Amino acid sequence: MTTAIATLSPKTARPLGYWLSSAFLALVVTAAALAPLVAPYQPDAVDFAATLAPMSPEHLLGADQSGRDLFTRILYGARTSLIGPLVLLAIASVLGVALGTLAAWHRGWVDAVVSRLTDVMYAFPGLLFVVLIVAVFGNGMTTAVVALGLAYTPTIAKYTRSVALAECAKPYIDAYRVQGMGGFTICVRHLVPNMARSLVGYLVVLFGEGLMSLATLSFLGFGAQPPSSDWGLMVKEGQPAIVQGAFLPVLVPGAAIALVVVSFNVIGVRVADRMGVKA
Amino acid sequence: MLLSVEGLTIEAGGRRPILREVSLTVGKGEIVGLVGESGSGKSTIARSVLRLLPAGARASGRVAVSGDDVLTMSPAALRDLRASQVAMIYQDPRSSLNPVRRIGDFLTERMVLTLGRPKAEARARALELLAAVGMRDPELRMRQYPHELSGGMLQRVVIAAALAADPALLLADEATSALDVTTQAETLALLRRVQAERQLGMLFITHDLQLAAAFCDRVHVLYAGTVVESRPAKELFEDPRHPYTAGLLACTPELGDPRPIRPIPGRPPSLDDAFTGCPFAPRCPHATDACERWLPEPVTVSGGSAACRLVEA
Repeated sequence: MTTAIATLSPKTARPLGYWLSSAFLALVVTAAALAPLVAPYQPDAVDFAATLAPMSPEHLLGADQSGRDLFTRILYGARTSLIGPLVLLAIASVLGVALGTLAAWHRGWVDAVVSRLTDVMYAFPGLLFVVLIVAVFGNGMTTAVVALGLAYTPTIAKYTRSVALAECAKPYIDAYRVQGMGGFTICVRHLVPNMARSLVGYLVVLFGEGLMSLATLSFLGFGAQPPSSDWGLMVKEGQPAIVQGAFLPVLVPGAAIALVVVSFNVIGVRVADRMGVKA
Repeated sequence: MLLSVEGLTIEAGGRRPILREVSLTVGKGEIVGLVGESGSGKSTIARSVLRLLPAGARASGRVAVSGDDVLTMSPAALRDLRASQVAMIYQDPRSSLNPVRRIGDFLTERMVLTLGRPKAEARARALELLAAVGMRDPELRMRQYPHELSGGMLQRVVIAAALAADPALLLADEATSALDVTTQAETLALLRRVQAERQLGMLFITHDLQLAAAFCDRVHVLYAGTVVESRPAKELFEDPRHPYTAGLLACTPELGDPRPIRPIPGRPPSLDDAFTGCPFAPRCPHATDACERWLPEPVTVSGGSAACRLVEA
């Protein structure tokens, strides 16, 4: 006689959301890259005959007040909307990881200065800080991206510092020091690569957040400027159409932002989980 | 003298110093044992030889490697000391290797970065070292990651890395404690062999007095940051003079010995236990009131010294 032993399936969580999100993002990225081939119109081709057109075979997602095809504009807008957060994160992570690692490695007064600096930045609402910089250096996508990059630096620095503190306490770091290696070498060649596990998941989640912040700035008129079809700017420009009873010019870019941000969150959390990190 | 520690006192905020007036020497080709319970300050001594002091520690006394004072030397000299004169072997090889780098990288990187050797030469040397520590198929090992090797093999890698710079002094901090018995014996034999071949001085730290007595030339017994007995291994083992050493030997079970095991009563002192006299007095079977007031100082006994006022010379 045999006894059946119930065992838990090793696959406990069904990562359906993860696959959906990945597929969706892959689609968005490909479409953005191939926009000139895929898009049926030019993004700024005005056609007053199609003003506020509803969904139809000619205009898949309708058209805005100037009759510009929303589907086309969304595709082209994906380019600025995706590259913006990418550059932003590049700036923020280079600065943040460097500062956080520096603080955790040196401790003492260096740590105190960096930590208090990040605390001060935390005390400021991020958006207010960015608006301040934009007010000084003028509107535009570049200024907005750089400003947001600076605004995100303390978050990453703080996170990196906590990860680096734990990593520095591990004996292998000591072992390198005992071999007579300099601090800079150990940090760049060993400490940072070993923290990459923890940092990547966090950065993916931050990507979604950064996209949203950039869209917000564009919506407020500080970021991308017309005739760009940045998603945030599209929401802003579509706003008056609501009064005329047409929701598509706001709904389409809004949905695009929401779906992409949620996808990045789902993937980020999953990546962090897979790497055994609590995000 | 290769390593000479004189009157080393290290304080780091507790109610008593971590180390109090520790003196010891290690000569060329000599194995010196350092024995004590956990918290007695053994590792602190080894780490202070590389100036890896606890945060906020105040150190006085002298730690000299080949005559140069480690505690006061310049950062560049310190780096040179760590890179090429003194090597350390840790207790747990698994955690002292970077988990995401290959064994080969671990061995060659230090030779390239701190000793300035060309890459090809470093690689050849690494292969040679792996063979020297008895690793079969060194080419394959170079390509593997730490998680692919057993603890004993990793400890061999660590020993190979320690030998990479041809150091004169080897610090073995509980180098075999985390290994199982057979691997432990192999590792000890290996350490002994490389030590004898290269005439290295070795500071061998362990909590196992029997092991130290069998492996070392001279043994220092440490209690609460004080050296309580320093003598040649054989004499110490056969005729312990300090009550603590005697207690340590008496609490090891022996086959065929019908007497019950006698553990030392009490517990090892923590950093918050301050002493006015002999730190061992509260646990000592021979202690008298006078011991509570007598600050221990070495009393000469045959072959060495013991820090007990009841010891007759």
